[in-house]
Amino acid sequence: MTKEEIIAQGGSKVNSRPRLLLPATMHYCPGCSHGVVHKLVAEVIDELGMEDNAIGVAPVGCAVFAYNYIDIDWIEAAHGRAPAVATAAARLDPSAVVFTYQGDGDLAAIGTCESIHACNRGENITIIFINNGIYGMTGGQMAPTTLEGMKTATTPYGRRVDLNGYPLNITNLVKELDGTCYVTRESVHTPAAVRKCKAALRQAFINTREKRGTSFIEVVGTCNSGWKLSPEKANQWMEENMFAKYPPGEIKNTVKEKK
Amino acid sequence: MMNQEEVRLMKGNEAIAHAAIRYGVDGYFGYPITPQSEVLETLEALMPWETTGMTVLQAESEVAAINMVYGGASMGKAVMTSSSSPGMSLKQEGISYIAAGQLPALIVNVMRGGPGLGTIQPSQADYFQAVKGGGHGDYHLIVLAPASVQDMADFVGLGFDLSFKYRTPAMILADGVIGQMMEKVVLPPEKPRRTAEQIIRQCPWAVTGKRGRKERNVSTTLEMEPRLMEKNNERLQRTYDEIAANEVRFEEYMTEDAEYLIVAFGCMSRICKKAIQNARAEGIKVGLLRPITLWPFPSKAIAEKAPAMKGILVAELNSGQMIEDVRLAVEGAAPVRHFGRNGGVVPNPGEIINALKNEFIK
Amino acid sequence: MTQEIIITGFGGQGVLSMGKILAYAGLLDGLEVTWMPSYGPEQRGGTANVTVILSDEPISSPVLDKYDIAVILNQQSLDKFEKHVKPGGTILYDPYGIHRLPERTDINVVEVKATEAVVKSGNPKTYNMILLGALLKLFPMVSAETVITGLKKTLPERHHHLIPSNREAIDAGAALVG
Repeated sequence: MTKEEIIAQGGSKVNSRPRLLLPATMHYCPGCSHGVVHKLVAEVIDELGMEDNAIGVAPVGCAVFAYNYIDIDWIEAAHGRAPAVATAAARLDPSAVVFTYQGDGDLAAIGTCESIHACNRGENITIIFINNGIYGMTGGQMAPTTLEGMKTATTPYGRRVDLNGYPLNITNLVKELDGTCYVTRESVHTPAAVRKCKAALRQAFINTREKRGTSFIEVVGTCNSGWKLSPEKANQWMEENMFAKYPPGEIKNTVKEKK
Repeated sequence: MMNQEEVRLMKGNEAIAHAAIRYGVDGYFGYPITPQSEVLETLEALMPWETTGMTVLQAESEVAAINMVYGGASMGKAVMTSSSSPGMSLKQEGISYIAAGQLPALIVNVMRGGPGLGTIQPSQADYFQAVKGGGHGDYHLIVLAPASVQDMADFVGLGFDLSFKYRTPAMILADGVIGQMMEKVVLPPEKPRRTAEQIIRQCPWAVTGKRGRKERNVSTTLEMEPRLMEKNNERLQRTYDEIAANEVRFEEYMTEDAEYLIVAFGCMSRICKKAIQNARAEGIKVGLLRPITLWPFPSKAIAEKAPAMKGILVAELNSGQMIEDVRLAVEGAAPVRHFGRNGGVVPNPGEIINALKNEFIK
Repeated sequence: MTQEIIITGFGGQGVLSMGKILAYAGLLDGLEVTWMPSYGPEQRGGTANVTVILSDEPISSPVLDKYDIAVILNQQSLDKFEKHVKPGGTILYDPYGIHRLPERTDINVVEVKATEAVVKSGNPKTYNMILLGALLKLFPMVSAETVITGLKKTLPERHHHLIPSNREAIDAGAALVG
């Protein structure tokens, strides 16, 4: 009997680690949204029976080690290039269900070209876009989605639009591309939001399996270390500030429209 | 008809495209740039997705194209890209990842004059970039230098075979002359593309989706632990040692009684052959050593010949790049001089003879 | 037998395609052939040239500085390539637009009034085939029949109705130097 089973003796099991989420200690900071999204991705792949044909593409960013946490095949990609890697994977093996898992710097700065063109070609992939308005991995520098006035390592006095331009709402841009079939913005900071995000991921993976075009899911998340806020305060700050610029909700769903 | 050899008249660039389909390549990802655009154009015109099922995609950039190759290579697929000098600079990051990931892939560079945007005319100025790594880190490519349209066709298969054998990316380092000229070419017989089962058997490391496999496969070049990263590097270097021991290829021409040796690759080796014919008519005993693999370099063959030579002329379409490897091989055993033209200028055979005379036969 | 030929004129005169048709006919006759164009923006109106080599031996350099035959279609090309013809070699030139004639006496100089002929025929697209006809009459390295076979093999079916006019042009070119 394992330690956990001994502890659980006499109780009734109501939840457990998703089967495809590996029993590894995550390197994410406490309060980080990545862990929750990883769990949802692992659950959705398992529930849809995609363990054997799912291929994840994780580029440079905090989630570069995603392959240590979700028990499927992975390709680690260069910074910004995940949609190009995923394009090849999806085209070379139509039976694969291919998704990328990208941060805001990766998707909306260095990889804007690859992201826009993969969406525009309508590649049969799911793009999961974690937007926390900051570069977490490299130590909290300005991201393209950093809000005006927000302090980061490279905007120590707050982002100024005259110096750094405006926060980039790339999801609204992606919505306009004919190749995308499903574009939504989610969050994972409350149980209700988690349930909604999971439904969105489920829809996206089904779209990819059914070859309906590109599904694009932005998850507005927190970066407690980068924002220098406790998890609770970070959630509150996100609701008050990030949601003003990046409001959650479904943005485009051609699948639903067709029904 | 396709499953047999076929004699055709075509450009080197076109031969690459035909040979790729016939070899059973799974995917080509490219971006237009002169003087190699015919590779993508020919593939699009031949529509191999209708016959062999080969994927052909015009990417949004050279950067995207090489990362598509990285993705396909991670899956154990036979994938390739082609470009010309400025585009090859853009691809270097991706090539470094492919080398680091110990992945097979074929990269074609039809060189044009540089630096910068340079010229669209022929050049061999990317020698250093091709044989010394090109991107960041300690790695090599297997570099094949075609000298004919036939070589262009043959080196597609050779490049992929070596690349899969050693899990090391291979490069065809051609130039504008070889890409643009037409010659008779015997196209290789058609091979079917490998099935999914064959790929899994040949490449147990391939990212295919788990497909019932117990352990997940991960294609990654990241290793945060220095001692493990050092081991990764040592593994790469062992592979390179093995390639250097087994895969050196070169051609000799009229070297038996030669007192002078010309070392030249690609289109320059062809021009030098003509120069040698003309020089021999004048009584000058000169021969040619043409490296076919630029990496691994035929150092041993050159070292063995050097002591018997009154002079060695290295003829290149650049300011003196391969000459460094020749000098390393010769180790002072014979005088080594350079002849080069630059910026897209292709010399004629007469210039080679004059250079030989000026340097060695006063 | 080795023939080292340069064909040179303006882009649009059919220089590259004439070279290709000649090279393909050589291939059909079992010869070794190379076809090396000047490439790039020159294709659009500037000067264009192509080096074609036919030989019964393996061909070394596709790039040359001395030619057995130069087919010259404008003044710039004549100025540039006259000195690159081997002693005893041949220049075929179209006199249209030429104001300074070839001056060398150690080579054969043959005038081919191809522009005049093509204007008379009313079929400007066969200009290069008139020149090819003249070239092959003087140097029968491949036969006119092989050239026609080559056209049949390489032209799409929908263009095969053009083959008879090309055949006529080859014969007309031959007559110009016959």
